[in-house]
This record gives sequence, structure tokens and C-alpha cells, in this order.
Amino acid sequence: MVALAPRIPAPSVVARHLFLRRSRWRWEEIAFWLIAAASFFLFPGHHVLITQALISGLFVVSLDLLLGYSGIASMGHAAFFGIGAYTAGILAQQGWGDPLLGLIGGAIVAGAFGALCSLLVARLHGAALLTVTLGIGLLCYELANKWSSLTGGDDGLQGMIVQPVLGLFAFDIDGNVGFIYAFVVIFIFYLLARRLVNSPFGLALTGIRENIRRVPALGISVRFQLMMAFTISAAVAGVAGALLAETTQYVALEVLSFDRSISVLIMLVLGGIGNLVGGMVGAMVFIVARDQLAAVNPVYWNFWLGLILCVVVMSGAGGIVGFLRRLGDRIGNGR
Amino acid sequence: MIGPLVNILINGLAYGVLLFLMAGGLSVTMGLMGFANLAHGSLAMLGGYIVVGLMRDYHWPFLLTLPAAAIGAAIAGWIVERTIFKRFYGGKELDQVLLTIGIVSMTVAIATYVWGSTPQPVRVPEFLDGRVHVGIVDVGTYRLFLILLGGLLTLGLVLGIERTTFGAKIRAAVDNRRMTVSCGINVDRLFTLAFAIGSALAGLGGGLAVYLVGLDPSFPVKYLVYLLIVVVVGGLGSIQGTLLAAIALGICDVAGKYYVPEAGAFVLYAVTVLLLLWRPQGIFGR
Repeated sequence: MVALAPRIPAPSVVARHLFLRRSRWRWEEIAFWLIAAASFFLFPGHHVLITQALISGLFVVSLDLLLGYSGIASMGHAAFFGIGAYTAGILAQQGWGDPLLGLIGGAIVAGAFGALCSLLVARLHGAALLTVTLGIGLLCYELANKWSSLTGGDDGLQGMIVQPVLGLFAFDIDGNVGFIYAFVVIFIFYLLARRLVNSPFGLALTGIRENIRRVPALGISVRFQLMMAFTISAAVAGVAGALLAETTQYVALEVLSFDRSISVLIMLVLGGIGNLVGGMVGAMVFIVARDQLAAVNPVYWNFWLGLILCVVVMSGAGGIVGFLRRLGDRIGNGR
Repeated sequence: MIGPLVNILINGLAYGVLLFLMAGGLSVTMGLMGFANLAHGSLAMLGGYIVVGLMRDYHWPFLLTLPAAAIGAAIAGWIVERTIFKRFYGGKELDQVLLTIGIVSMTVAIATYVWGSTPQPVRVPEFLDGRVHVGIVDVGTYRLFLILLGGLLTLGLVLGIERTTFGAKIRAAVDNRRMTVSCGINVDRLFTLAFAIGSALAGLGGGLAVYLVGLDPSFPVKYLVYLLIVVVVGGLGSIQGTLLAAIALGICDVAGKYYVPEAGAFVLYAVTVLLLLWRPQGIFGR
């Protein structure tokens, strides 16, 4: 009799199977990283631009961790990016120019500030949340602007001396070392972010986004999860900022600007929210398009930017990656 | 000692009136439909350009251009509300924010294309241009005119909201939308009308603002933050709260620039963040 009982897999086996399915690499992800790696050889004259796009991509991924998985919209995310950039910049200016040290410093300071903000933000939602995150971003900008003895104010932070990566590879004027350094760091953080969203923690965050009332019923503290997500997101944004400071050897006040907070939101929506690779794709498309179109006429760029944003939101297609996925599914079904 | 203080109060009050006109409609929009319309400042900018354009190209008198600005902005607001915004009611807040930011970006580009990026000057009639002696201080006539006009409009608005059937319907819809619908009130149409009135106020505010704060295509971006602060601190959907927050912000801003110019807008943002942490629903919000 025992032998005839239906074979139902144990819950832990089902769970592991689900996690494996969730964490499987999708073709868009593989395609993006292959293209990004190949662009080192394909576009040798544009290493600086592509490096910037990759760094913005990491910044967008940090926002996606927060917005795409837990549903918190931050209108002042440049605060954490900028704090990371200034931390790495000031460290390098004061003689601690090791790039990895700068990354760690940027992550720690931005993460600590993020943890502080998360105490405030986790209580809010709706319009108050929008305004407070916006206010935090503007506060940081004003502070950096006025505290020019530390930040250089409007002129930007100068006199950074960034040492060679691992003591071996010095940054060059063509941005070759900068490209490879940024690529490797960003890829590692992408893998970590993937690991995070496909962990039970990531599932709990998605649960908060989907139904904030049911999550406590599972024995999960919403407040704690949101604070963790905010802190992690801020730390990753800080790493992105530190990368920008190190590869350009300069920190402009613009790293903290409202413009940057808004454009990171736009990049995320453009690429597609809630799947990590969307952020990377959105940033790449955005930065390259801005480079091409803004060179022609910055006014037109603003117009097209607004139009694209409206179209993406109104179409509800989930950005570029969402569109590609559906296209891929259709081709797959048609076969 | 007293002189500058009174001047700051009057200038701040005039500035606050402008902010209230521009933010009043936004407060109703956000309170009534929960629609985060960050493009409200674009309607104010439109009003400003209507005033400047009619005066420069068609030599209209200043006072006649003001109703034109209000009507123009109302029509623009009505069209946008009917064609685009109504699809996003009850949707995700993020979508609304992004959509309206996209609209802000487009209007900035259009304004630059049509009118150029230089600030537009405006000449007000002579009887508004001078200064009058009030008690112990000299006050700009235009500021007194603003305070007077703003006071009348506010009175009209408050009476309209508190004493008319239309106002009662609006209050009912802000309080409990579903209950209002089940009473047989067409909240959709109510909202379209409220949106158009709010747009008219914004257009009027924008037209009045040109002389005081200038006008260039970055206007909607510059005032986005201020309008959002006024509305959220005042409490969504509360006219009194919005008025109070606008005047407080106006006076703080003018006083801050006079007494602690080196602090910039820092104090303002800090106070806003602290206020919202203390009362996330705003001072007069429920």
C-alpha cells in the first residue's frame, strides 16, 4: 500500500525548484552582458561613454532593488549616488586613493545614510513619501553646494589621485582600464543583486509590493524588510557613485542633482521595472541616445525624452525588456 | 527694525498668494482623485506666456490678459484631463508621476522652442508699478494688488467650497468617493470641472507671477518642488491647509533670503521633511 501512494515532492523540494526557476538566466540578460563585453572591442573610441552607461546602469539597478521589488518610489535617489561619489572622491583627495577602498567607503557611507533615511521613510507612503524623498535629495544637494570647503561646491571636487587598480593597472586617458574595472565591479554587483532578489528576502519584498497586508500574516516584518531594502539600495547606489568618481577622477555637484534623480527613474521605466537587466538596458539606451541627440540640440532632447516617457507609461508594455520578452514569447509560440 | 519686518511679511504674503493660486488646483486634484499631477506648474507657465504674448504681440492691456490666461490654462487643462489623465485615475502612483514628469519635460522643450530660453519681461500698468506709503513702510503697489486679488479669490473659493452645492459635492467626494458615487453624483464630471477650475487658477497665478518672479521655460521645474511642498504640507484636498502652507512658505522663503541668505533653501527642505515626519498626512490632512 505504501508503494502505491502518490509521490508528492516534499515542500522544500518544491521551493528549491521554484527558486531555481526564478533564478534561471534569461536570454535578454545574456544578450546584454555579451553585447556590453563585446563593445570593448567594437567601439574602441567610446569607452568613456560606455563606462558611464554601465555605471548609470548599476545606479538604476540599485533603484530597481527598491522600486521594482518593494514598490518604494524614491524621487531623491541621487543623494546616495552623490554621497558615494563624494566619499570616494574625498578619500582619493586625502591620499587614500585605492579604488577598492573608495568603493567600500562609498558603499558604507551611502549605506549608513540610507539606513538613517530608511528609519524615516519606512513610515510614509503616497504623496508624503514622494515629497520626503525629494526633500532628502534636495537637502543633500544644498548641503554639498554650501559646504564648499569639503566638496568644492559649485566648482566640483578637484585634486583626486586615484591609484592603480590592485596596485597594477593605472587608469589611462582612453578609459580602457576604467572600462574593464567598472565592467567587472558592476557585473559582480549585478550577480549579487540577482542573488538577492531570488532569495527568500527578495520574495518577501515582492510580497510587500504585491500585497502589503498579507505579508505580516506570513510572519515577516514589513518595516524591517523595507529598511533593509532601502539600506542595500543606498549602498549599491553609493558604489555606482564611487565608480563614477574614480573613473572620471572628478566629482561634479551634478551627481546630487534633481535631474539625476529623475533621469534614473526614467532609465528604469524605459528599460523595464522589476527585472534588473531592464535597468542596465535602459541606462545604456538613455545615455547613448542623450549623447547623440543632445549633441544635436538639447531642447529637442527634452521633448523626445518627455514623449518617450509618456509613451512607455501609457503603453504599459514594461519598457524595452518587457517588449522584447513579449516579442520573444510570440516568436517562440509561432514556431 | 520694524520696517524690514513688515516689508518681509508683506512680500512673503504676496508670494504666498501666488503659490496658493498655483497650488490650489493641485491640492484638489490630489485630494479628490489621488492623482499626483507634477505637471500643474506647466499650466501656470502657460498662463504666464499667454500674458506676455498677448501684451507683446497684440498689445492687450495687462489686466485683460489675466482672464485670458485663466481661460487658456483651463482649456488646456480640460483637454489634457479628458484625453490623458483620466486613464490613470486609481492607477499606480509611479505611473502618474512619470507621465506628468514626461509632460513637464515636453512643455519645457516646447516653451523653449516657441519663446526662447531667455526670461520674458512684462510691463505692468503705471498704477501697479509704483510704491505706496502704508503706515510706516513703502510697499510695492503690485504686491498690494496681489494680496487684495488673492484675498478676494480665496474668499470666493472658500465660499464656493463651503456654501455651494458644487462645493459640497467636492467635499463629499474628497471625504468618501465611493459613497458620493452611490449617492448618484457623477464624480467623473465633477472632477473634470474641478480640474478645469484648478487649471484656471494656475494660469492666473502664472500670469500674475511673471512680474514678480520672472518667466522662463524652466518655470514648471522650478516650482514643481514648491507646489508639491505646499500641497503635501497643507494636507491633500484641504483649501485652508493649502492657503496656510502657501503663506507660511512664502514668508519663510522671503525671510530666509533676507536674514540667512547663505543657508539657501536648506532650511525650507529640512522643515518640510521634519513636518511630514511629524504629520505625514499634512497639517490639515485627515
